[in-house]
Amino acid sequence: MERAVADDERRRVEVEINGESYSADVETRLLLSDFIRHEAGLTGTHVGCEHGVCGACTVQLDGEPVRSCLLFAVQAHGRSLRTVEGMTDGLADGELHPLQQAFHEKHGLQCGFCTPGFLMSLEPLLLDERELSDREIREALAGNLCRCTGYQNIVEAVKLARERVREPAETPPSP
Amino acid sequence: MKPPRFAYHDPRSLDEALALLAEHGDDGKALAGGQSLVPLLNFRLAQPEHLIDLNRIGALAGITRRAGRLHIGTMTRQSTLEHSALVRDGWPLLTEALTYVAHAQIRNRGTVGGSVAHADPAAELPVAFNALDARFRVASRRGERTVAAADFFVTHLTTALEADEALVEIEVPPTPAGTGHAFTEYARRHGDFALGGAAALVTVDESGTCTRAALALLAAGPTPARAPEAERALVGAGVDAQAATEAAARATAEIHPTGDIHGSGEYRRDLVEVMVRRAIELANERAVSTREAGRSANGASGG
Repeated sequence: MERAVADDERRRVEVEINGESYSADVETRLLLSDFIRHEAGLTGTHVGCEHGVCGACTVQLDGEPVRSCLLFAVQAHGRSLRTVEGMTDGLADGELHPLQQAFHEKHGLQCGFCTPGFLMSLEPLLLDERELSDREIREALAGNLCRCTGYQNIVEAVKLARERVREPAETPPSP
Repeated sequence: MKPPRFAYHDPRSLDEALALLAEHGDDGKALAGGQSLVPLLNFRLAQPEHLIDLNRIGALAGITRRAGRLHIGTMTRQSTLEHSALVRDGWPLLTEALTYVAHAQIRNRGTVGGSVAHADPAAELPVAFNALDARFRVASRRGERTVAAADFFVTHLTTALEADEALVEIEVPPTPAGTGHAFTEYARRHGDFALGGAAALVTVDESGTCTRAALALLAAGPTPARAPEAERALVGAGVDAQAATEAAARATAEIHPTGDIHGSGEYRRDLVEVMVRRAIELANERAVSTREAGRSANGASGG
């Protein structure tokens, strides 16, 4: 029979995710990826390899992309997280974040399983003021695996989204 | 792919952490960035009863230069080291080595000390620190000691750290004027574990004669070993293609990398030899051009 969970193997965890507070009593061994999906109910964060290789579970911890399968939920206690769900906060129903819209238009996804991880890894590039070469964009996405599309259209999507965010069109396109 | 149960401790000071390490000994394990340890836990290849998380000890992170030497706190994130202007200016070998370390998301969380203490022979930072003659400051409740890189790495995934000790700081001496650096690596895909690589530092005098060389090998054996004979052979003359080729052959004559699905031992030995040769050539090229830049700067100020 499995032994009971000892007191020092459990913790109360409070985490802010996309500006909302979530708390739960969890085992200390609970991975952050599982906390996000099963305790917070935010299933946009996908779990692929669970050993840090595929990048599907990438989230932003205090603004920096990290693997949520290589962190324990207790380590995120008191910290602030952003997941793919946060990208459309404040937007009208059905409206997409500029990076999501660009992925859609440039066919940067097929099955979509890896997409939330890509979006979390690449979103910071939209705020990067520097000119970025294709190589730099490819380095930024090198930690995420996609088995459907290849990466060319994802690079194109990043470039399109950067153009739109950095230099908003002076006149909106006619309907 | 879920980790086994463990008792979790998140000390707020080094003293507290050292007390926990002393208390739990071989049943305890220090958790730094977790980018190597957590996969081992998820696979249940490691099953420590107590995990002592160092992430809430702010004093263990930071990069400073004191008396010309670089001091890196053990919990400094790899991405922080990668983007440090101080490091890029004075110890560019570290900056170049970091571009080969996994991926940006891993470097955001992975720590400098964690990589050193994990001591994977295919990891870049131990090789770069070894080439730079770094020293590792280690603490326990029994006191502190400093271990030279050459003595720190014992074998595959094994260091001179005792069960109650923690790596606290890495100290890197300055490199002499006229030094060029190079870090070379080949992996199946960028960010994968290296099949082979090398770190080289070459120092030249005003005439281009090599006065000092340091070579460390990546994924060539159980530890990130130096190649002292090859280093000595480079000193005393200008480094031309023949000298680089001969030194690379000498550096790899006695290595016996383990073969696996990605390449036989023989293939890996040959690969490391090529990586060493390229590292020597590039480091020398950079050393010569710093000397030339120094001369033209002097000429300009004199004229």
